[in-house]
Amino acid sequence: MSVTADAIPEVQSAVKAGAAPAIVLEKVSKWYGSMQVLRDITLTIAQGERIVICGPSGSGKSTTIRCINRLESHQEGRIVVDGTELTDDLRALDTIRREVGMVFQSFNLFPHLTILENCTLAPIWVRKMPKAEAEELAMDYLRRVKIPEQAKKYPGQLSGGQQQRVAIARALCMKPKIMLFDEPTSALDPEMIKEVLDTMIGLAETGMTMVCVTHEMGFAQKVADRVVFMDRGEIVESGTPARMFNDPQTDRLKLFLSQILRGH
Amino acid sequence: MSGTAADPRYAAPRAAPRRRMRLSWSDPLLRNLFWQVVVIGGVVLLVWYLVGNTSRNLQARHIATGFRFLTQSAAIPIGESPIPYTPSVSTYGRALLIGILNTLRVSVIGVVLATVLGTLIGIGRLSKNFLLAKFTALYVEVLRDIPVLLQLFFWYGLLQHLPGTRQALHPIAGVFLSNRGIKLPWVDWERGDTGAVVAFVLGAVLTWLWSRRAAARQARTGVRPATWPVALLLLVVFPVAVWAALGAPFSLDVPALHGFNFQGGITLSPEFAALLVGLVIYTSSYIAEIVRSGIEAVAQGQWEAAFALGLPHGIVLRQIVLPQALRVIVPPMTSQYLNLIKNSSLAVAIGYQDIVSIAGTTLNQTGQAIEGVAIIMAVYLTFSLSISAFMNWYNAHIALVER
Repeated sequence: MSVTADAIPEVQSAVKAGAAPAIVLEKVSKWYGSMQVLRDITLTIAQGERIVICGPSGSGKSTTIRCINRLESHQEGRIVVDGTELTDDLRALDTIRREVGMVFQSFNLFPHLTILENCTLAPIWVRKMPKAEAEELAMDYLRRVKIPEQAKKYPGQLSGGQQQRVAIARALCMKPKIMLFDEPTSALDPEMIKEVLDTMIGLAETGMTMVCVTHEMGFAQKVADRVVFMDRGEIVESGTPARMFNDPQTDRLKLFLSQILRGH
Repeated sequence: MSGTAADPRYAAPRAAPRRRMRLSWSDPLLRNLFWQVVVIGGVVLLVWYLVGNTSRNLQARHIATGFRFLTQSAAIPIGESPIPYTPSVSTYGRALLIGILNTLRVSVIGVVLATVLGTLIGIGRLSKNFLLAKFTALYVEVLRDIPVLLQLFFWYGLLQHLPGTRQALHPIAGVFLSNRGIKLPWVDWERGDTGAVVAFVLGAVLTWLWSRRAAARQARTGVRPATWPVALLLLVVFPVAVWAALGAPFSLDVPALHGFNFQGGITLSPEFAALLVGLVIYTSSYIAEIVRSGIEAVAQGQWEAAFALGLPHGIVLRQIVLPQALRVIVPPMTSQYLNLIKNSSLAVAIGYQDIVSIAGTTLNQTGQAIEGVAIIMAVYLTFSLSISAFMNWYNAHIALVER
């Protein structure tokens, strides 16, 4: 919302036509107690595709992407990630979590570890990487998110924008095939939103499969291959950003767009 | 920094101006100074009055001060003592030393057991198992709400109402519960046993070295060699082998009833057992809450971020959750250790001869009240400051360097 659309360069689509889909959701439903929070979510995401999920708060956007790496479990339907179906099987879960990186609204860096240790922890313990190699890899990604000089500091010493960039680098150190972003800029001051969005755009240019829950419509317009609009636990409408923003079909999307545009 | 000083774009830094005190009641510096002078003056006056009053009264009653009584022989009967003691022969100094050792014994064993039990109960309260969670919640809510003195009376009363030695309860082989205390079997110490203990200590050192090597190897190659088979070999197989090589001596000194009392084995007196059980159970209910709140204080997002990275549960606990939980747990845990040590002075109520009990008898017999109380205070102060110093060191060791 705070970054105008023209500030962001257009990113070429990286969708691999004909390849197996990266993520498949088939009639996924979920309840909290008696309240249904997801209703028959069906969505297929291609390799290299960049999806932006938007919608009013409480619409199930975050729950949907948290189901993709099973931080939440679904009760009905199927979720297949990178060819592996998400079930109660712990080995399948391990396989999927290695391939799926996630960035949270509240960063969730480990406060007792340095920036470098935050980044090397998973490569060392999950990928069984030698420490020196893991540190080299981490420095590589920290340079990519433009904060290599902070490597020896602790998360509490960094600004929100820097912390979120570290969180992105930390996820990338696992060399995931898919990245999930759960409102990555919602907890940031306006002047820090741009640095995080720039990092995400840089990532998009590498052809990464990305699923972002965000309210940054400028980002959606320039980067997303597809925008999915959710409301009350269901997918109401989806399409290219241009079609969604210029020619909304449903009243609910029209209402949502008018509300977030009025917010300016 | 030298670069900024020479930089013509910035003004040269100058020293901060000194704050001057005004001679006015509205000046905060003057007010602070005034109240500090008043408080310190009051304390000095109070100490001067107490010291003067005490020495005048001591003189009026012809009471000699000093610690000479420590070398006089003590006529205190002592029930249980870790060191040799003969009433009317041994000195007051030795009697007081026994008191200190008895306090130390119940405190050290109590702190260790309360920590283990409290941690288990605390983790139990976090369990998803309904029965376990409710049982541990009940344990905490009931036991921390009953005064510890009452609990000591309860346990002591229970142990005193056990049957006599001839009808002693005999739950498992070698263990006897009677109103004379708890009898347990004990190993007859022989050369092979010493060998096994030496082998175990050696094994522990080697295991530690091995785990350090494993960490270094993980850093170098990424693969961490398994530690537990080596630990099993060094800590179990090796001591057993040494023990067997030395002839595998094994004879238990099992208590047996001879006439009116038991012979052999070791004895936990009813007083010691009641005090230990009471203190451990009472303190563990507080420690359980400390452990539970410490683990719950680690934000859910930390678990989620770690799981999202694909880290397995054990690593998440060890590398992410425990280091953060410990820094919340350690300071209140220190308080509980100190509480347990100080609560052990309630021993006097059920007749366990700790330092308060023996020093109390000493000051009754010798009339050296000030010295007796000073000794008690010095003992508790030493114990408490030692625990505090250790825990503060540990706390600093694990403290979060956040910024």
